[in-house]
Amino acid sequence: MLNKKKLLRYFLFLVLGVFIFYYITPLYVMIVTSLKDMNEIREGNLFSLPNSINFESWKIAWSGRGEGTSDTFLKPYFFNSLKITIPALTLSTILGALNGYALTKWKFKGANLIFLLFLFGTFIPFQAILLPMARTLGFLGISNSPLGLILVHTVYGLGFTTLFFRNYYVSISDEIIKAAKVDGAGFFKIFFTILLPVSLPILVVTIIFQFTQIWNDFLFGVTFSFGENAPLQVALNNMVLTSASVKYYNVDMAAAIMAALPTLIIYVLAGNYFIKGLTAGSVKG
Amino acid sequence: MDWLKKNLPKIVVAPSFAVILWFVYGFIAWTFYVSLTKSKLLPNYEFWGIHQYVRLWQMPRWHIAVENLFIFTILFIVLCIFIGVILSIFLDQKIRSEGVIKTIYLYPMALSFIVTGTAWKWILNPTMGIEKFMNQIGFENFQFDWLVTPGMSIYTIVIAGVWQSSGFIMAIFLAGLRSIDDEVIKAAKVDGASTFSIYTKIVLPMMRPVFMSAIVILLHLSIKSYDLVIALTAGGPGISSDMPAVFMTKMAFGRSEVGLASASAIMMFVTVSAIIVPYLYSELRREQDVK
Repeated sequence: MLNKKKLLRYFLFLVLGVFIFYYITPLYVMIVTSLKDMNEIREGNLFSLPNSINFESWKIAWSGRGEGTSDTFLKPYFFNSLKITIPALTLSTILGALNGYALTKWKFKGANLIFLLFLFGTFIPFQAILLPMARTLGFLGISNSPLGLILVHTVYGLGFTTLFFRNYYVSISDEIIKAAKVDGAGFFKIFFTILLPVSLPILVVTIIFQFTQIWNDFLFGVTFSFGENAPLQVALNNMVLTSASVKYYNVDMAAAIMAALPTLIIYVLAGNYFIKGLTAGSVKG
Repeated sequence: MDWLKKNLPKIVVAPSFAVILWFVYGFIAWTFYVSLTKSKLLPNYEFWGIHQYVRLWQMPRWHIAVENLFIFTILFIVLCIFIGVILSIFLDQKIRSEGVIKTIYLYPMALSFIVTGTAWKWILNPTMGIEKFMNQIGFENFQFDWLVTPGMSIYTIVIAGVWQSSGFIMAIFLAGLRSIDDEVIKAAKVDGASTFSIYTKIVLPMMRPVFMSAIVILLHLSIKSYDLVIALTAGGPGISSDMPAVFMTKMAFGRSEVGLASASAIMMFVTVSAIIVPYLYSELRREQDVK
């Protein structure tokens, strides 16, 4: 007789295995579809392997067919997204670090209330700010420009970055800071010589979190930009929704993988930091 | 100079604080005010009372959006938590390849909802997707056309949403399980409790705060869900899979109903606040208690 413990163990592996299958299948389908030509897609099925490895669709998704204006491809939008993501994540991270530091190590009256207002701001549904934001960007003359989206992402990333650094700096002992203050070290000196050198882990968490948020954003992109100024996710959606008579599922899938690659690579390389950011960013604990 | 030195921390925080006050709280106040006006294409600052809210709640389309939100939220939360709890408990049984398995369970969180929607739209494609595969392997009458069936398309959003978020809920529960003192479980084992009852009677009840966090995260995600709907069904067929976030942007930027859109945005904001404020309050109190 098989003993009960062993049977349970098999059941456990079976369930874990079924879920591996569940999570991995869409990625598998995306990859094999992107490598097939349209005939293979019509004849085969979702899971059938391609006859040969064929990167034609990847090329088309990235740089088009060269057929004039109706042709949407990702390359320019990929760079749009980079142009928005890098400045916005840099700005919001620097400000978040300084805020987190000031709010924990130089506690002034009202510091807790200020933090609470930052914190609550990270939860709001963005629908409640879309209309005034659109008007503000218009007023500033930066609607439908990378500059506008940099502003939007910096502003609505501030709550998260402040939260990350604040929670990290709270756990650093006040004794060293007090000693440094007694020695006459000022605000920035203490930050650069004491706090910053130990901030690498939280810096990585924050940068990864902000990169993923901004790179994957769709709502702000689609609301505040259009045409050639759109970021990557908006372009991907337009590409897939195209009303052209022939649908190129292989090109769609290649484009989707490309749009996902930067964040996927970061996830594979720095999974732990990625998860830490997600947990801290959503549980706010 | 002394004044500067003394107030430097405040000066550093001030710009960010001003930005948050203006762009978050000021904007919400503006949206609320506009929801009380007759604004159509352009904001019109003439006070009109709660007419927009009355109009909103009389619109069948808004009712569809709210009903869909209910369906989506309930299924999304129940399924994500069910999968998350089971997977986290199973993974906590000293599995050798835990790291690799966790990586696979969580990678969908690195994807944008647009990518997820694009992938699932293809998998659920009524003629070329899953249906064709089932037909080819012998189930000739198998049909799967939820994506284009009013009343069913909302469930395709649940399928894709659960796929994307359940791994993350697993990770939260796993972290919760790891933080429970092993001694408690050992003691229960010595007392002769079965593994099953240790989990149902001791471990899971101890995880109440984790359940709370998971529910708040998922509720919050579902009220805000916009991208996934757009990428997967675009609210269709027709308006059958509309959700409040989609409704709001369609009214604001498609129909020039700025007042009505603002009213729907405020409804979303109030709902989120009703969940978040008590949650933050209890979290902060816990933090104070620990100190």
